Amino acid sequence: MTKVILNMSVRFVVLILIQVLIFNHINFMGYINPYIYILFIILFPANNNRTLFVFLGFLLGLCVDIFSDSGGVHAAACVTIAYIRPVFLKFSFGTVYDYQSIKFNQIDFGSKLTYFSALIFIHHFIMFSLEIFNISKILLILQKTLFSGIFTILLCLIITILFSQKRK
Amino acid sequence: MQQIINFVLRNKTFLVFLLLFGLSLFFTIQSHSYHKSKFINSSNMVTGGVYQVANGIGQYFNLADENKALLEENRMLKTIVYNLDLDTTRLELENFKLNPSYKFRTAQVYKNSYSQTTNYLTINKGKKDSIKVDFGVVTSKGIVGIVENTSQNFSSVLSILNTRSRINAQLKKTNHIGSLVWNTESAEFAQLIDISKFAPLNIGDTIITGGQSTIFPKGVLIGTVNSFKIDNGGDSYVVNVKLFNDMTNIGHVYVIENLQAAEIKSLQKPKND
Repeated sequence: MTKVILNMSVRFVVLILIQVLIFNHINFMGYINPYIYILFIILFPANNNRTLFVFLGFLLGLCVDIFSDSGGVHAAACVTIAYIRPVFLKFSFGTVYDYQSIKFNQIDFGSKLTYFSALIFIHHFIMFSLEIFNISKILLILQKTLFSGIFTILLCLIITILFSQKRK
Repeated sequence: MQQIINFVLRNKTFLVFLLLFGLSLFFTIQSHSYHKSKFINSSNMVTGGVYQVANGIGQYFNLADENKALLEENRMLKTIVYNLDLDTTRLELENFKLNPSYKFRTAQVYKNSYSQTTNYLTINKGKKDSIKVDFGVVTSKGIVGIVENTSQNFSSVLSILNTRSRINAQLKKTNHIGSLVWNTESAEFAQLIDISKFAPLNIGDTIITGGQSTIFPKGVLIGTVNSFKIDNGGDSYVVNVKLFNDMTNIGHVYVIENLQAAEIKSLQKPKND
C-alpha cells in the first residue's frame, strides 16, 4: 500500500513537471500541444475511494493551471473526467471486469484505445471550451480538441507501452 | 436530520465533484476579467522557481541569438546618438536623472506561451525590484505586454497575444488612434481596430503605441500594416498588423515605469468622486 502511494506521488509530480516544462512548449503546427499529464487520472488504480480520486484530479489540474496561467480550465476538465471515469471503465472493459482489479498493463489494445480516446477527448473538449469561452468559435474548439486529442492519445499509448512492466 | 446526513454521505463524491467543478469554473471566469486573476498565476514562488531552474539550463542555447540582438540594438542606438549632433561627451546616464518621465529596467523571460487564446509570460523581476502592476514590457524590436501580477521575485505579464489585451495604438505618420487586439489566429499578427475610416492607410505603414495610455511611452514600435478592410459597421478599419517582435522567441525584455502615471491618473479622475 505504501509502495502504491509513493509510486502515485512520484508520478503526480513527474507528470506535472514534464507537462509544463516540455509538452506545453511543443506547439506543433503552431498550436497543437499534447496534454499527457492526464495519464495520472487514466492510470490511477481503480479502487473504491472515488472522493479522494476526484479531489486528486482537481489538484492535478490546478497545478498545471498555476504553471500555465490558464485560470481553472485544466482543473475543471480533470475533475470531470475523474468523476465520470467509472462509466468509461465499464464501457470499455465490459461488466465482466470487476473494475476493482483491472491491471492496465494486461488489457488488450482495442479496449485500451477506446478507454484512452474517450477520456482524452472529453478532457480536451471541456478544456478548450472553457479556455476559448466563446460559443461562436465552436469550430476552433472542435479543431483544437481533435488535433491535440490525437497527439495526446498517440503519446499516452507510446508512454504506457514504454513504461509497462512485463515480468515473465 | 438523519436523512439529510445520510443523503450527504451517500452522494459525497457527487457533491465533492460539484464543489470542485464550481471552484474551477470560478477560477476560470475570474481569469477572464482584467485585473482580477490574483490566485492562479505563475508569478508565485514555486512555479517561478521551477521555471528559473529550467531557464538556467535552456538559456545557453539562445546565447548566440541574444548577443546578435543586443549588438543590433546597440548599433541602432549608436547610429542615432552620433547623428543627433549632440555633445556626446556630456551624454551620461546621470544627466537624465534630473527629471525623467520613464524608467527602464531589464528582465529575463522565464516562460512564454503563444498557442493558447490567453497567453502570459513570466519574468524574473518582482516586487523586490519595484515592479508593479500595469508597467509596460517591451523588447528592442517592439511591444510585448503589460505586467498583471507580481510576487516577491517574479511577475506575470499579459501578452499582447491575449484576447483580453487592449492597447492604445496609432499610425506613425498621422495621429489616428485605435486599439490593438488579438483574434487568436496567428502569433505573427495582431489587429488594430476602431481606427477611423478617414485615416490614410497604406500597406507597409508603421504602427506605434499612442501617447494616450499611461503604460507605454508614445512611439514604441508595434508592427506594419499587412492588410486592412472596413469593419461591419462601416465606420472604421480593421487592420491586420504584422508584429515586429517574434513573439515566439523572447529572451530579454525591458520593463517600463511611467514615473508620471500617478499624476496623470489623478488629473483624469473626475473631481466629484
